[in-house]
Amino acid sequence: MTLELTREEESALKGENGETMQMAYRILVATGEATDAEKLIPIEWAHLSGVNYNTIGDAGEEFLSTISKDARVSVKTTLNPMGFDIDNVSNYKLDENFISKQLSIRNSYETMGVIPSFSCIPYEIFDIPKNGTQVAFAESNAAIHANSYDNLKTNKESAFSALASAIVGKSPYSSLRKEDTPNITIEMKVKNPNELSYGMLGFFAGKVGDTSVNISGLAEMDQRQCKAMCGGMGTSGTCAKFNFGEGDSNTEKIEFDEKEMQNVHDELNTSEKGDIITLGSPQLGLDEISDLTAKLKGRSFEKRCMVFLPRTVKEQAQKIGYISELERAGCEILSDCCTCLTPLISKDDVDAVTTNSIKGAFYLKNSNGVGVNLKSLKEIVEDETR
Amino acid sequence: MNKILVSGKVEGIVLKSNDPINFLGTVDKKTGIISDKNHTLFEKSMKNSVLVFPSGIGSSVGAYTIYSIKSNNTAPIAMICKKADLTVATGCALANIPLITISDEEFESIKTGMNLSLDTDSTTLIHYQ
Repeated sequence: MTLELTREEESALKGENGETMQMAYRILVATGEATDAEKLIPIEWAHLSGVNYNTIGDAGEEFLSTISKDARVSVKTTLNPMGFDIDNVSNYKLDENFISKQLSIRNSYETMGVIPSFSCIPYEIFDIPKNGTQVAFAESNAAIHANSYDNLKTNKESAFSALASAIVGKSPYSSLRKEDTPNITIEMKVKNPNELSYGMLGFFAGKVGDTSVNISGLAEMDQRQCKAMCGGMGTSGTCAKFNFGEGDSNTEKIEFDEKEMQNVHDELNTSEKGDIITLGSPQLGLDEISDLTAKLKGRSFEKRCMVFLPRTVKEQAQKIGYISELERAGCEILSDCCTCLTPLISKDDVDAVTTNSIKGAFYLKNSNGVGVNLKSLKEIVEDETR
Repeated sequence: MNKILVSGKVEGIVLKSNDPINFLGTVDKKTGIISDKNHTLFEKSMKNSVLVFPSGIGSSVGAYTIYSIKSNNTAPIAMICKKADLTVATGCALANIPLITISDEEFESIKTGMNLSLDTDSTTLIHYQ
């Protein structure tokens, strides 16, 4: 199958609308051919990854600086977290070079017209468009959430296909944008699951699934548990959609039981205790901040606890009084950034981190190189505060 | 299967690897030299070559490496793969380096040192000199 372009798209690919538009079309065409798309389709919202200087490095910073001279986004475009919170970056050991490169990246995106949301939970802080709307989300947990809970349609985009989609306003019509029938059904067998169990279920599903999986045997989940499942799945594979239900009789059935969950736990939990605690990956929303504040009433952390949330959530939480209460309990409140690929935790200072995030655990272990101690939020509050 | 991912027309000498290439981890973004001791192209420069390899592997951020070697004039003039992967596809698109995929048989027939021309507007994509 080959990608068919309209006459306007062909001429943009040839460079008739300028070099930046030509490059954006080249990216969409290359991505479309690689993913067997037959056409490009309009999208209404792009969410970009490739923001943290820790991940995109000098090459990314230079690229964005160059294209921001004339590239402009043509649809609503939001942005993943960056490396730090400018309000308190001086409390952490980050060098001047990191800070200036990160601010250059921020500046480039703002120049291109991107909303500086610096959040990996766009589905919680922006209004969700009507059912079936085509979007282009690069952040894996957000793509999975959009497809599985928000009735939106997106591929698991790369940083580049999402950026090109934002500039052009179109995406390749491939994979999860079409009807997709999973060939695997995962049966949830774990009793009394908490957010850690759901995170591990997601991690397991991402490993065994291809582009989407059915999940059966799930009870009602709260927002934290949904996010944990999306975060876990996005971490371990290329799968980008849950379908809830049994699937038809042709699907392969796989059980997720206590033993499978223990396997995931053993892979990610490498330490008996942590020196610090992180909450958030994905970032916490207002409901979770409210719940955390209630749990910490009259209690204080006995070690450092980093709490990651979007800036808009921090502002709302400040008005309600949650932030001062969390700070009283010893929390470090960080907006615009997240646990995932954070430069703020170094193995020079920290041996191990306690977290309830499977996504956070994976990156702390593999990227920061620190030990990980997995605990549910309930256990964290019981064990680490008094 | 033949696919044109990034179009263009070039002529040059083949540098072939039967190992996949991880652009983020193992290609020097200034020199275009492969730094992985276990790779068949260890210490080889891909500058101005027609780079033939099965596919890219590793982080999608590797696309920026392809963009960097192009900016530093150390990039291949074209890439030919067996399988299209998103890292190499987007990297070549960013850098405007022609990229096609070819059949397993044709891939086997291409050897390092061959002189070939690639023209994505021609019905026969590759002409051997």
